[in-house]
Amino acid sequence: MTATPVEKTTGGTAWEGFGGGPWRDAIDVRDFVQRHHVPYEGGGSFLAGPTERTTAVWQKLLGMFPQERARGVYDVDTRTPSRIDAFAPGYIDEERDLVVGLQTDAPLKRAIMPNGGWRMVEGALAAYGYEADPAVKEIYTRLRKTHNDGVFDAYTPEIRACRSAGIITGLPDAYGRGRIIGDYRRVALYGVDRLIEDKQAAKAEADAQWPTEDVIREREEIAEQIKALGELKAMAASYGYDVSRPAATGREAVQWLYFGYLAAVKEQNGAAMSIGRIDTFLDIYLRRDIERGLLDEQRAQELIDDFVIKLRIVRFLRTPEYNELYSGDPTWVTWSLAGIGEDGRPLVSRTTFRALQTLYNLGPAPEPNLTVFWSPRLPRGFKEFAAKTAVDTSALQFESDDLMRPKYGDDTAIACCVSAMAVGKQMQFFGARVNVAKALLYAINGGRDEVTGKAVVAGFEPVEGEYLDYATVAERYDAMLEWLAETYVHALNVIHYMHDKYAYERLEMALHDRTVLRTMACGIAGLSVAADSLSALKYARVRAVRDATGLVTGYETEGTYPAYGNNDDRADAIARDIVHTFMQKVRKHPTYRGAVHTQSVLTITSNVVYGRKTGATPDGRPAGAPFAPGANPMNGRDEHGYLASALSVAKLPYDDAEDGISLTNTITPDALGRTEQERIANLAGVLDGYTAGGGFHMNVNVLDRATLEDAMEHPEKHPQLTIRVSGYAVNFVRLTREQQLDVINRTFHGAL
Amino acid sequence: MAPETAVPLAGARTAPAAATPAGAVGHRPVAGSVHSWDLSTGVDGPGIRFVPFLAGCPLACLYCHNPDTWKMRDGKRVLAGDLVAEAAKYQAFIRAAGGGATLSGGEPLLQPVFAGELLHRFKHELGLHTALDTSGYLGVRATDALLRDTDLVLLDIKAWEPALYQRLTGRQLRPTLDFARRLARLDKEVWVRFVLVPGLTDAPANIEGVASFVASLGNVTRADVLPFHKLGASKWERLGLDFTLRDTPVPTAPEVAAARGIFEEYGLPAV
Repeated sequence: MTATPVEKTTGGTAWEGFGGGPWRDAIDVRDFVQRHHVPYEGGGSFLAGPTERTTAVWQKLLGMFPQERARGVYDVDTRTPSRIDAFAPGYIDEERDLVVGLQTDAPLKRAIMPNGGWRMVEGALAAYGYEADPAVKEIYTRLRKTHNDGVFDAYTPEIRACRSAGIITGLPDAYGRGRIIGDYRRVALYGVDRLIEDKQAAKAEADAQWPTEDVIREREEIAEQIKALGELKAMAASYGYDVSRPAATGREAVQWLYFGYLAAVKEQNGAAMSIGRIDTFLDIYLRRDIERGLLDEQRAQELIDDFVIKLRIVRFLRTPEYNELYSGDPTWVTWSLAGIGEDGRPLVSRTTFRALQTLYNLGPAPEPNLTVFWSPRLPRGFKEFAAKTAVDTSALQFESDDLMRPKYGDDTAIACCVSAMAVGKQMQFFGARVNVAKALLYAINGGRDEVTGKAVVAGFEPVEGEYLDYATVAERYDAMLEWLAETYVHALNVIHYMHDKYAYERLEMALHDRTVLRTMACGIAGLSVAADSLSALKYARVRAVRDATGLVTGYETEGTYPAYGNNDDRADAIARDIVHTFMQKVRKHPTYRGAVHTQSVLTITSNVVYGRKTGATPDGRPAGAPFAPGANPMNGRDEHGYLASALSVAKLPYDDAEDGISLTNTITPDALGRTEQERIANLAGVLDGYTAGGGFHMNVNVLDRATLEDAMEHPEKHPQLTIRVSGYAVNFVRLTREQQLDVINRTFHGAL
Repeated sequence: MAPETAVPLAGARTAPAAATPAGAVGHRPVAGSVHSWDLSTGVDGPGIRFVPFLAGCPLACLYCHNPDTWKMRDGKRVLAGDLVAEAAKYQAFIRAAGGGATLSGGEPLLQPVFAGELLHRFKHELGLHTALDTSGYLGVRATDALLRDTDLVLLDIKAWEPALYQRLTGRQLRPTLDFARRLARLDKEVWVRFVLVPGLTDAPANIEGVASFVASLGNVTRADVLPFHKLGASKWERLGLDFTLRDTPVPTAPEVAAARGIFEEYGLPAV
């Protein structure tokens, strides 16, 4: 590949055929997209199936997956701490790969990324039968401090106690925080040299400022960003590509964008490594090539298929406990699709369809995490194709474009499951979540943990009396949430200070503007359990069962109570209040780098694990029983079908949960309609109604129970069976048995 | 308890051809016995629908999957206004999504005043498309006004042979056929529903009988062939009832397709 010299302001031949605009003078991908995007309003009939080449490459990987599934990992390089330019080039099939680049020198071989924490690396290696390399261990335990070490230097004993009790949980204090989306499109549109120039200008501006601590940190960060961009060029050059210049063709645009993303996932083992809003951008290049006669539909689809194959095999080395928490081996390569532009034109292109088509050409898979930005105003042809894809594959999630667009604009993407951010302009400090159900038990037990009996929180008295008084418990709960919010934000400030210091996302932040909006993304789990428990205390009678030490370990509920999930305001208002109240309490505490407080109602896929760590609750849930995922009502308490349940969830205020509200629905095909056409039309209608009703997110599984039961018994027959759980899709056969049973027992919304 | 319980089942009562349902004339609030309500998709008429299941049914079908709706006294007494208020919570959703409201059961026409009131208010107060899911056995109780407030009738014709119908349901077939003819005279849109039970209703002559009859009516726009299933078996047990079809197999996909084929031979779109 030879480098084409590019004249800075015009982009040379790479920009041939593109129009003018602010995007030429400043880094502004959105402007470029808006000026060149041509909405596609038709249906999916133009799409092409897989080529022989695509099928051969995918088959090769399919042959490797069983071994990976059986062992937990396929292979690991234990000696090379990964960085952008580490490892010789790797290929799935050097002859056949259209889009090149792997995280290491071989497919499915995982790398170690110790900057987040050595313990995670060592634990993961040991779990899969590998020994840590002594020289690498020496570096990361004696010579080079990690993020994990830094955090534990600054944690308080109270935070440590909360962490081990599981009331604050899943914190990114031992691994990469993720949930930062580099604007990988910039690599393709501008070429890396132009991006370096831009960063050098930013550095010069920072150099001119008086060196306060903030300014010095910024200078160092920009210097690191520039180095990372240099390494990105070197990595691409090792594959024979010169990404210093802009991409000149569709194939180059895909390749350049992928190199940017690959550099990020070679350096950061982030909890979620999402790819952004890329389909309309890539479509501009593919369309130009088709118009020039360089590509046809088959070749365009083949490029997207090959790109998606690469995204499907992004791998990180993590401990089995981590994988259990997140159900499988997730990477959250979330790809945000469709939506409506601020000018009212749909951001739907043929490449939006091509991305969905990969689920047919390659079969369903959890990654990339295809996320459709839904609006009732989307073109009908796309709505029907997306609904059809969801019915056929259960691999899509839907999020309300109408809620996100007014807050973040039309160049917004989802990181992870439900976290919206303006691409290249906004990042978040991922904060995992607190367990608000467990907090209620702490309020009742005066700060003692109901499972261990240990005193975790000081200064609280247990609630007295055989029968629990609603007003007393509500008052104590409010005080306990106050304490929890303070402790939580405290912990997050420590974590993100240390992450910036020891595991800074150089490459991802190099693909952001100099000034970014940071959010402190707090979260809650156990919402439906807490809401129903309070409803039981308020509308029924709840008797406390205490052990010999006076610890309440069980509850006997007499009478009935309205449960969250029935579109009944008595219970739904309680859930709404918890979300609103906790958000207000979180907002009281100043954040690291002035980040804006946000909150999610999301469990990712950890509802089983959170439930296991939580004792019996006043709603009648036994100790250890799984929570409902995300903002879902509890299994089996919704008496009026999945839509009434969804509308309870839609009442949760997005203004108090700007980091997202997750709902998972599992519907049998028969309950969606009697014919394929009906199922498609009805699902599109459900999504229109839910979005119009203020709903934010919906996972849709269209599956029957028998299929899942068969997959439990015969996993080999269902290697690609994909189901959606709380913002994320998982490969069903990779779940633990306990998680599989939870999925099956969760309300199967089939009609009788 | 709703006043309708006092009326003998034989259908001797002639329904007054009121222009407006009882509640609308303002005598007293109308109440009825309701088993439950659901918001459903795809099974109770077109689109997304608010579906009250009225309690009580004069039939006792061998394959019934909702035997818990047979007795009116097992339902909850609900004011029509409260049910309309509940439906109103979904009005915007249903409007955006496409759909309407369906009265199901049990047999909604066991409580004709209540049913008429609900259909009237769903249609005129909430502007919803309305459907009535009925066996037709009590069709004589449906006033013309009630039918004017019904956009679509989901009519179960469970068998063509009167003896088989009697064996399946414990009642006579004729009232259902009379009702079907009346709906045809009124040119009311009807979807016919036929439950395919292996060894009971699957004889080609039986299916052809239903198909040729409904095809001759002119107002039937679709036939739903519903494969027998046993998901309701546990309800029979819970109620201490004997589910005699527990060993009956569910129909295979080709058997279902064949039954649909018979309806289609008579020119009826079948699903």
